[in-house]
Formats: sequence, structure tokens, C-alpha cells
Amino acid sequence: MNRFEWTSAGAVAAAARLGPVTVAEAMATQSGAPGTAATVLKAGGIDLLDLMKEGLLTPRRIVNLRGIPELGRILEGADGSLRIGSLVTLAQIAEHPLVARRYRALAQAAGLPASPQIRNVATIGGNLLQRPHCWYFRSLHHHCLRKGGATCFAFSGENRYHAVFAHEGCAMVHPSTTAPALVALGARIELLRRDGSRRMVALESLFLTPEEDIRRENDLKPGEILAAIILPPMKPGVRSWYERQGEQDSFDWPVAEVAVVVKLDSPGICREAAVILGAAAPVPYRAKAAESALIGKPSSAGNARDAARAAVAGADPLSGNGYKLPVFEALVARAILHAANQG
Amino acid sequence: MTGTITRRDFLKATGAAMTGVAVPAAGLCAAPGEAGQGAGRAGNGSGLLAISLNVNGAERRIEIEAQMTLAEVLRGPLDMTGTKVGCDRGACSACTVWVDRVPVASCMMLAVDVGERKVVTIEGLARGEELHPVQAAFIAHDAMQCGFCTPGLVMSCAALVESKPNPSIEEIKDAISGHLCRCGSYPHVFAAAMDAAKTLKG
Ligand SMILES: Cc1cc2nc3c(=O)[nH]c(=O)nc-3n(C[C@H](O)[C@H](O)[C@H](O)COP(=O)(O)OP(=O)(O)OC[C@H]3O[C@@H](n4cnc5c(N)ncnc54)[C@H](O)[C@@H]3O)c2cc1C
Ligand code: SF4
Ligand code: FES
Ligand code: FES
Repeated sequence: MNRFEWTSAGAVAAAARLGPVTVAEAMATQSGAPGTAATVLKAGGIDLLDLMKEGLLTPRRIVNLRGIPELGRILEGADGSLRIGSLVTLAQIAEHPLVARRYRALAQAAGLPASPQIRNVATIGGNLLQRPHCWYFRSLHHHCLRKGGATCFAFSGENRYHAVFAHEGCAMVHPSTTAPALVALGARIELLRRDGSRRMVALESLFLTPEEDIRRENDLKPGEILAAIILPPMKPGVRSWYERQGEQDSFDWPVAEVAVVVKLDSPGICREAAVILGAAAPVPYRAKAAESALIGKPSSAGNARDAARAAVAGADPLSGNGYKLPVFEALVARAILHAANQG
Repeated sequence: MTGTITRRDFLKATGAAMTGVAVPAAGLCAAPGEAGQGAGRAGNGSGLLAISLNVNGAERRIEIEAQMTLAEVLRGPLDMTGTKVGCDRGACSACTVWVDRVPVASCMMLAVDVGERKVVTIEGLARGEELHPVQAAFIAHDAMQCGFCTPGLVMSCAALVESKPNPSIEEIKDAISGHLCRCGSYPHVFAAAMDAAKTLKG
């Protein structure tokens, strides 16, 4: 790793005043050599260290957010909402009794990435804002579009782990395992700006498709700090479930994952549904056809299978990743039934 | 070949990173100023940082560079080589130590980021000559072969049995799910951890 200046921020405002830029901005250059003038923010530091060890990111200064107490708390709102500070670790979320009871898909998803050692350090904010794991992106020898270069290597190259939906120009899959669950649950995020103002947006609208901007995965602005993720109060009859499939049973990145939220009325008819696929597209991918297929119907195995078929119907697999489609189909059906049938 | 390549093959082929656990972190301790990719002057020459690190109950005052990981500082300036570095990327858990009693990958944590928190390494587990029950159980159950993954595994198992009096086999498997043992000692590790939990319960 390169040398850098180390600054610990005691408060959010202090961190914002140091003039951080996003890591996406610090990394995108025409030459392929990463910029060296940037001040970047660090949460758990797992993704930052990973990029720096590969020589993909060489910041001048790192601002540590880890010691800011207000970012590290989980607070229950009077209205039944839940505010998760951006610096709360994945392990803390997975173990939180209220999360497990009300937002099961999130507890499941937060308990799976990487290893316990990594989850004890990795934060929810960093997990949502980490850079893609496309292997060309992570290779110093491939100056791809997303890093400011001229080509995407995935379409004609090795694309076994790449996107099967919505991959206009770039076929990365969004790396965050917690994002599909949070989007399905209707999470909003609070962003703090340099001038002290705040903006609240639906998490789903934070993510950018390659068509919107091929060099960054989200609309975090330079100087903005992600303060918290806010989960809405759970309406009666709402349940959620997360399923993933990797190549091996022990820890690994998923090749397919899905978060499902359904709202069932008392005879068991589905009134609302969210089906969000991960490891599928450059953003957490909403399978709208599957959602429509569920609404107004009882949650039977047959209806779950129909919805799962609809989820993959519009897919556009690449040369090496068609195998993902039956995996997604199986996971979607399974997640719908698990969500519907839990007590 | 498409469809059969693995992440590891890919990384090897591109030379971008060494991921195998068997590779003992070549070039781990970058020499001062030897920053990658033409970024030698990336820092503003702030030089060494004086920090105090609480390791195994002792305050250690040392001067380090900001980019040094906890693993590098333990093995380098502090000369505690019990902590092993396999992948140096958070993917094998060989480097597991406790920070405030929680197992973390010391290769993915900057030493300056430890702050006031207390570090415990494999060197700090025994009480004098008396081994920790997990260490004793590893010996009794032959839970290691080459031993490279062992310090990390012992740290994870010890954290588990100290926080959960009656761990199930599933809880043990979860606790060590991030550890790679290329010698395949896993079944003996499970048995050792179960046994150590019983000993601790007394
Ligand atoms: C072996 C291994 C396996 C993995 N498997 C998975 C997996 O299956 N699924 C998965 O989702 N992840 C996986 N990961 C990635 C890991 O989960 C992420 O690297 C981690 O969650 C990042 O969180 P962090 O707090 O360490 O982020 P950092 O590295 O500190 O930050 C990440 C990015 O977010 C920015 N940032 C962080 N917090 C804020 C904030 N509050 N405001 C503004 N910007 C901010 C930083 O500037 C940086 O760009 C794996 C990692 C490893 C090492
Ligand atoms: S898929 Fe995206 S990140 Fe990967 S090589 Fe293509 S442009 Fe780069
Ligand atoms: S050395 Fe492999 S996880 Fe740290
Ligand atoms: S790696 Fe040899 S004993 Fe585990």
C-alpha cells in the first residue's frame, strides 16, 4: 500500500470538512494509474484496503469515520421504524434481535458475506458503497470502462460471474449482499452534505445503472457522508426472506441471490410483493414481472414457481453465465415460499 | 475453457493477485517509501506515526507507518510471528487475532486503526505454562498438520468457547467458516473445539 496521511474524524461535520471525494472519483483516470491527490473516507476499511493492496487506489489522505459514535448506533423510532447507523457492522446487524424479528431478510443477508472476522469489521455503509468485484475491474492490468478506460473486457472475455440483466456497456454485478434485502424492505438512506444539510432518498434510487454513469455505482456526491439506513415500520402480514447460492458451501461470493418481501392478508392472498435479485445486474435488480405474478394470488408452490419463471424470463445471459438462470429461478421460488410460510 | 475458469485461475492468469493460502505473503512488508504503482510520493512524507498498542495485556509504544496492517506490525516491529499471514486479503483467516475479544482478520485492519482497543494474539492465550483449553484440545485431538492455519483457528475457537458455553457443532462450523486449512484438519478441529468447550464448562 502507498503512504498516506491518517486522520481520525471525531464528528461527521469534521469529516465532511476535510473534503473527501468518492473512491469512484479517486480511481477513474484516463491513464490507468490511479489518482494520488484524493482524500477518501474509511469505515471498516475492508474494501479500501483491498483496493489499496492491489494498487488500484492510492489516496493522499484517509479520514477514519470509525470513531464517530452517532454513526455506530441502531435506534428504534417511535413509529416502529429502525435507524441503522452507517458504521454498524454486519455482525451487529445479523445479531440484532429486532432486525431478526422484523426484517428477517436483512438479518439473513448480513450474516453471510465473507467470514465472521470480516463481518465483525465491515460496516453496512461500506458494504453498500464498496466497489464492484468484476475481476477485470480488480485487475491492475485491465483498464476498463469503469476505471476510465476505453473497453469492457467482460463481454468477450471471462464472464462466468457477471450480469444476466440490464448490462448495457458494463456487466458487473452489484457487489453488496445486503443491498437486495434493504431495497426489498423499502429502506431509505440519510446523506449528510459538506454544508451541513441532509438529503433522504430511497436506497433503490441511489444505485446507478451503467447507462446513467458507467464510472460509479451510486449517486453518492463528493463530500457526502452516508449517515444512516432507515427501515420503515413493518405493516401487519409482511414477511421477508433471503436466499443465496455460491459455488461452495463455506464463505464465498454468491453466484445468485434474492430477497423477497410479501404482504399477505388473512386468507393468505399476496397484496404486496418485492422480489430483488443480487449478483444479477449492475444494480440490485427488481424482478417486476415476478412481483406482478404474485400479487392477488395465494402463496402456493405453483404460484411461486410461476413467479420464479417470470423473474428470469427477460434475462440476457452472456457467453459464460447462462447457468445462473435456473439457479435464480430455484432461489426465487424457494424464497417466496419461505417468506410466505414463516410464522 | 469458458465456464470452467475459477476466480483463482483468473487471478493467477492475470497476475493481479496471489490468493492461495499456500503462498506466504511475498512482499508483505513493503519497505518504507516503496509504494506501489508510481505513487511513491503519494503521502506528504508525514513519516512515522508514534502509537501505543495494547497487545496481550502490555502497552507497546512503537513507531509505524500509517499503511502498516496490524498483522505486519505484530510480525515485524513487535516480533510476534505466531500470527500467520496466508492470503493478505481477508480470505483465509490465518491472521485471526482478537480486538476487544472479537476475532478479526489482522491483515485487513490498519494498526493505526486499533486505537485503544485491546489486541490478543496466539502468544497471549496461555497463562504462563498453562495452555488455553483450546490449545490443549488441539494437541490432544491432533487438530493440525503443517500448522500454518492453526494459530488463527485456535483464536476463533477460543473466542467461541469463551462466549458460548455449549456451542453446537453448527456454531463451531459457523465460527470457523472463514478459515482455510489446506491440510484438511477440519474434523479434528471440530472435535477439539467441542472438547475444549466441555473443559471450560468444567
Ligand atoms: C473474502 C471476502 C469475501 C467477501 N464476500 C462478500 C459477499 O459475499 N458479499 C458482500 O456484500 N461483500 C463481500 N465482501 C466485501 C465486504 O463485505 C466489503 O468490503 C465490506 O462490507 C466493506 O465495508 P467496510 O466498512 O469495510 O467499507 P470501507 O472499505 O471502509 O468503505 C467502502 C467504501 O465506502 C465508502 N464509505 C464507507 N462508509 C461511508 C460513509 N459512511 N459515507 C460515505 N462513504 C463511505 C468508502 O469511502 C469506500 O469507498 C467480501 C470481502 C472479503 C474480504
Ligand atoms: S464489466 Fe464493468 S467493471 Fe467489469 S470490465 Fe466491464 S466495464 Fe469494467
Ligand atoms: S492472511 Fe488471509 S485473511 Fe488475513
Ligand atoms: S493448513 Fe496445514 S494444518 Fe491447516
